Amino acid sequence: MSIITNINKAFDHRIRLGIMSILMVNEYADFKMLKELLEVTDGNLASHTKALEKVAYITVEKQFIGRKPNTRYATTNLGRAAFKKHIEALEKLINKQ
Amino acid sequence: MEAKDYLKDISEIKNLMNKSSRFISLSGLSGILAGIYALIGATIAYWLVINHSYGTLLLDGWVFKTCLLILALIAFFSIATAIFLTTRKAKKNNEKIWDTSSKRLIFNFLIPLITGGIYILIILAQQKYGQAGALMLIFYGLALVNASKYSIGDIRYLGFIEIILGLICALFPGYGFILWVIGFGFLHIVYGTIMYIKYDKK
Repeated sequence: MSIITNINKAFDHRIRLGIMSILMVNEYADFKMLKELLEVTDGNLASHTKALEKVAYITVEKQFIGRKPNTRYATTNLGRAAFKKHIEALEKLINKQ
Repeated sequence: MEAKDYLKDISEIKNLMNKSSRFISLSGLSGILAGIYALIGATIAYWLVINHSYGTLLLDGWVFKTCLLILALIAFFSIATAIFLTTRKAKKNNEKIWDTSSKRLIFNFLIPLITGGIYILIILAQQKYGQAGALMLIFYGLALVNASKYSIGDIRYLGFIEIILGLICALFPGYGFILWVIGFGFLHIVYGTIMYIKYDKK
């Protein structure tokens, strides 16, 4: 299993990978946008964003737009670096076969 | 995980990156129709000027006002067609017509376009008519280049050509009419056709 040392466990799930993909090309994304793009339930998305927040790959910002609460997410430098490494590892794995 | 899964991961990543940052359901057909409207409008305007103005355009006459009206109608029908066909295409692609990516696209498209539009109205009010055609082409080109970051990247090249045509037009205002017809008529038809074959016809 030594080949896959660079495969990041934090991204080893479709939804977490999706959240990172979206945040890599957007300055930020709010909860609703992520939910619509990934087609997941509120609870599911919340648990995955929490996991990414825990390892400090994304930041969470809560604010109010008018009276509505709005949660928006952005990547951290650490998260961007980790994602790039993960993609490189994926490429290597694919090329090997 | 197998290699197949990794490949699937990569394509999923690419798909989400595109979907979240670019609005790609623009219809090529609407480009073709916009070009046709421009050609029809230009033909009517040309006919009016030749037959009713004795070759010179009287600026406060009804012919000039009709030409402005034709211009407004071309813009209106082009936008209406684009909205209609794009909505239809987005529905077919299962894409939302009014989401972050389409809002961002329209916002960035409108910044140069509205700036240019207001500027042209100002210089028309100051009775400097010579550069209006050139400015329309230039600002429209800038709007396309600006919008291309948030949509199909190919729009950028159409924008470049419009800007070049606009600059030529500024240099030779006498050819303004024919350059306008090329820029808004023929180019839209050619470009719309290329987009239609490349993206729509599958």
